[in-house]
Amino acid sequence: MNDIIGLIPLLPLLGFLVLALAPLFGNRELPEKVVAAIGVSTVGIAALLSFALMFSVFSGDWQASLQVPAWSWIRVGDLSLDFGFHVDGLTQVMLLVVTGVGFLIHLYSAGYMRGDAGYRRYFAYLNLFVCAMLLLVMADNLVLLYLGWEGVGLCSYLLIGFWYRNPGNGAAARKAFIVTRVGDTAMALGLFLLFREFATLDIGALNRAAGASTDIGIVTLAALLLLGGAVGKSAQLPLQTWLPDAMAGPTPVSALIHAATMVTAGVYLIARLHPLFSVSDTAMLAVGWVGALTLLSAGLSALVQTDIKRILAYSTISQIGYMFLALGVGAWSGAIFHLMTHAFFKALLFLAAGSVILSLHHEQDVTAMGGLRKKIPLTFACFAIGSACLAALPLTSGFYSKDQILLQAWETFQGFNLLWLAGIVGALVTGVYSFRLLFLVFFGREGKASQHCRDANSPVMSIPLVTLSLLALSGGLLAPPLQGVFPARDGSHAPLVVEGIAIAMPLLGLLTAWLMFSKGRNLLRPFNPLERFLFSGWGFDWLYDRILVRPLVWLANINSGDIVDSVYRGSAEASRRLHLLASQTQNGQVRWYLGSLAAGSILLLAILVVL
Amino acid sequence: MTIAAMIAVLFLGGLAAWALDKMRPGAGRWVSLASLLFAGALLAHLWGLSRDGSANTAQAWWQSIELSWIPRFGISFFLAVDGLGFLMLALTLLTGLFGLVVTWREISFRQGFFYFNYLWTLAGVVGVFTALDLFLFFFFWEVMLIPMLLLIAVWGYEARTFAAIKFFIFTQASSLLMLIAVVGLVYTHYSNSGQVTFNYLDLLQVQLSPTTGWWLMLGFFIAFAVKLPAVPLHTWLPDAHTQAPTAGSVLLAAILLKTGAYGLLRFTLPLFPEASAQFAPVAMAIGALSVVYGAVLAFAQRDMKRLVAYSSVSHMGFVLLGIYALNTIAIQGAVMQMVAHGLSTAALFAIVGCLQQRLHTRDMEQMGGLWTEVPRLSAIALFFAVASLGLPGLGNFVAEFMVLVGSFGVDHWTTAVAALGLVGAALYALVMMQRAFFGESRRSVSADEQERVIDLHVRETLALLVLAVSLVFLGLRPQPLFDIAAPSVQRSLPLNNAAARAPAAMESGRAATVARRPETIRKGDTP
Repeated sequence: MNDIIGLIPLLPLLGFLVLALAPLFGNRELPEKVVAAIGVSTVGIAALLSFALMFSVFSGDWQASLQVPAWSWIRVGDLSLDFGFHVDGLTQVMLLVVTGVGFLIHLYSAGYMRGDAGYRRYFAYLNLFVCAMLLLVMADNLVLLYLGWEGVGLCSYLLIGFWYRNPGNGAAARKAFIVTRVGDTAMALGLFLLFREFATLDIGALNRAAGASTDIGIVTLAALLLLGGAVGKSAQLPLQTWLPDAMAGPTPVSALIHAATMVTAGVYLIARLHPLFSVSDTAMLAVGWVGALTLLSAGLSALVQTDIKRILAYSTISQIGYMFLALGVGAWSGAIFHLMTHAFFKALLFLAAGSVILSLHHEQDVTAMGGLRKKIPLTFACFAIGSACLAALPLTSGFYSKDQILLQAWETFQGFNLLWLAGIVGALVTGVYSFRLLFLVFFGREGKASQHCRDANSPVMSIPLVTLSLLALSGGLLAPPLQGVFPARDGSHAPLVVEGIAIAMPLLGLLTAWLMFSKGRNLLRPFNPLERFLFSGWGFDWLYDRILVRPLVWLANINSGDIVDSVYRGSAEASRRLHLLASQTQNGQVRWYLGSLAAGSILLLAILVVL
Repeated sequence: MTIAAMIAVLFLGGLAAWALDKMRPGAGRWVSLASLLFAGALLAHLWGLSRDGSANTAQAWWQSIELSWIPRFGISFFLAVDGLGFLMLALTLLTGLFGLVVTWREISFRQGFFYFNYLWTLAGVVGVFTALDLFLFFFFWEVMLIPMLLLIAVWGYEARTFAAIKFFIFTQASSLLMLIAVVGLVYTHYSNSGQVTFNYLDLLQVQLSPTTGWWLMLGFFIAFAVKLPAVPLHTWLPDAHTQAPTAGSVLLAAILLKTGAYGLLRFTLPLFPEASAQFAPVAMAIGALSVVYGAVLAFAQRDMKRLVAYSSVSHMGFVLLGIYALNTIAIQGAVMQMVAHGLSTAALFAIVGCLQQRLHTRDMEQMGGLWTEVPRLSAIALFFAVASLGLPGLGNFVAEFMVLVGSFGVDHWTTAVAALGLVGAALYALVMMQRAFFGESRRSVSADEQERVIDLHVRETLALLVLAVSLVFLGLRPQPLFDIAAPSVQRSLPLNNAAARAPAAMESGRAATVARRPETIRKGDTP
């Protein structure tokens, strides 16, 4: 079994190496079919292996855990790090999500990217991403996790800027990498602090040591620093600004990296370190509030967006907010459950959106769409299923996972509390923006882009769409049994009315959206100031631009000549002046020499006399 | 003997390259290649010696040779290699070969003299990394500078004279400080024991008063800090690196900067343990400052070569920070950074060189969109750019991570400042990629320049790939490097030295300059 575990990340890595190094062995570009075969099959086999792992180890016993050391990495002083994998129920869930959803999106990409000049490059990056993501979830120590963490960040950067000729894409890619790097630096400091306090970076040992630690202040600080990394990667307040721009990448990339897997890494990190986080009430509260504020602010922003992908991006931020809320109230398995169902339905929504975009010849503005449900029925069906799950209509997968979170929020504080309220209001908002999107694109009058609609779904694109639809519908039944990994919940239950409210909110949202958006499009009127504010994502970009980016660029540019050097240049200039001054005395005129000789002698004599 | 032979091969190879190139133009580089390969074989032999049990790992020096030179002043020709020295030699020869191969056809005039200077610089560096007599060390220190100066002044770019003079003044002023400090140290030893000696192992035993130790330490520190370079003594570097021919930049960045770090580890820390420990917070602060300041400056450059040069200031700041954290983890990180930065920056300078050769500019405002035209070059540049920004999985990450982990326990605020360099590195590395390789082409193409830019040749590609593979190896399997460096790192830690010094100081009455058999185990150096 251990060999199989090693193979799971190795296969995508091999795929990457083959695809990346192919030009060294011939000048002809590989045919697209070969590229797709390599790129898709490596992830596909990894997915099969993940399933094999589940059936052979975890299906009977979800409390099992496997430790697979590969080789010793760094052993210096107290620092002892291995390249080692740790696989337990939580990792197994992540493995299935990453390889399973990853495989479907690779398959979809084979059709979506057809004819692109960077076809090989695309699949190389995508395979490298899967490898890095697998390392992230399999790592048994925080440094190896950090390796995967930065690796997925790099792939995200490369894929956002995949169409590199457009400088806008490059800017979005850089923004994503640098904003997340700010979070990653906080996380790195957290690692240093943990190492200083506990002399280990092994995840299991850290969880044990932190659980037994008496110094809550240090654990809190470390947890908050790690939270910094998590909010960066998972696009939560205050580092959420990169994700909407990240939509510049190809749509399958948005589905895989910026919805289903990478952006949930922060959730995984906190869940993985849950014993450490639960030591500190402050840290837990911080996680919960980050989630609550993010889910509301991003949800409201999603209400007014006009770009189909940006709507989905804000909804991703908002849904991950739910996961953070869940983590903050100790609903660990609820968070992971929502992570899983969200991966299904958000990947589905993005892929369906990709089909819409492709069918409309790269139109992304929803105000130009409308009435598409007859023209692209399969895409419509998939999109409707995805929207229902996103809004958490009863019996869909999103309902089950979100319900768990809201109930736990109620129970943790034994009654009404603000975190729960945020979640409930968020559920209403989610319902409105999900169905607003659905209605604007598929119902109502045809927009100007709808006239040129041509169904772009080829079989390799339809199969993933249908599979993900089934998963999104039935995901509620697949709740991962993670009791062995996380502490058990106590048995108290919320009153029925709380459950009722949770069910009612999405339906209310659906109703609101129907009344407002199903018939005409009232979007063409100009925004009022509040809508503009929400549209801009609460002005965070503006704020960061003023207080960070511009001052820094200004400072760097005025000092591009290096002010320190002016000291040296100045001294060089001064000595040159002195030299010119002194050389003027040597002018070849005898009377001048005689004069200065006499003056000097008199001066010396005068000094002698005075002394 | 092997060490002396290595130096001799490089010196004689330089002379031969010059002479033969006069007779047969083009022969110089082949002679250089042969000399470097021969020196590499000697180094491999040294490696074999250290492994086959004839010299076990408990022994401090793998091999040493000591010949009397100027007995009257206690000066001897004393060379020795330990783990740290070996790593530096390996880096020297590898990047030396790399620089030679990657610029194989670049030198268009006075080829023989070029390769003469190239090899003599390398010979001087090999001497610096092996000399254990302080006078000899100073001698090699100067030997490596003069030919380097000529490389910049003769084969450099537009402002080469200015850059060469600046380089010369900075390094000469700092060497002068070092010379004064060396003489001061020798004099102190003389007043204590009545013996004149420049022998490193004997000088390790000197008892210094705190004040003397402080000033002498400062002399050494400044000399090495200029070389490193540390802010605010760094301003020679961007000019020298930018104006030097590609092979010269490779030598400067990959190797010559490392002599500063090596000097700190080999001389400043062990010779002045107390003063160094006292000075450590200042040095760490300078290191952190260099990291951030270098990154900000790199970010603001338009000239790609200057950008890479300033990134060196930033990266070498990590070395300074790590060395003065004075613990095993951080110093091992600093050693790793010396090697990893050597490889990645050599590659980046080579890439800039390749671009300059093809586009006749280093101005990134006139590049853009190169990925379409030269995908292979661009992909390799991407690799080294992300190595430079410290992507985990590559050697640079291991180095910076260990430096920061090690220093965090000593001084968390300084370390936090240095950690900002991680963000800074991402800024300048990605801005470089964007301006040069992504986006649309901004080249002003005149009518006669219509021909396509040629992608990397096989020779250039292979040379760069060797460095890339080395960086991946260092990132995933760094342990062998740590094992090699471990004994040297232990010996440079002041705490160990201060403890070992007290008993060892009793027996300082032995004759200083008696020629000894090679391979002798000295008393002073077993920990």
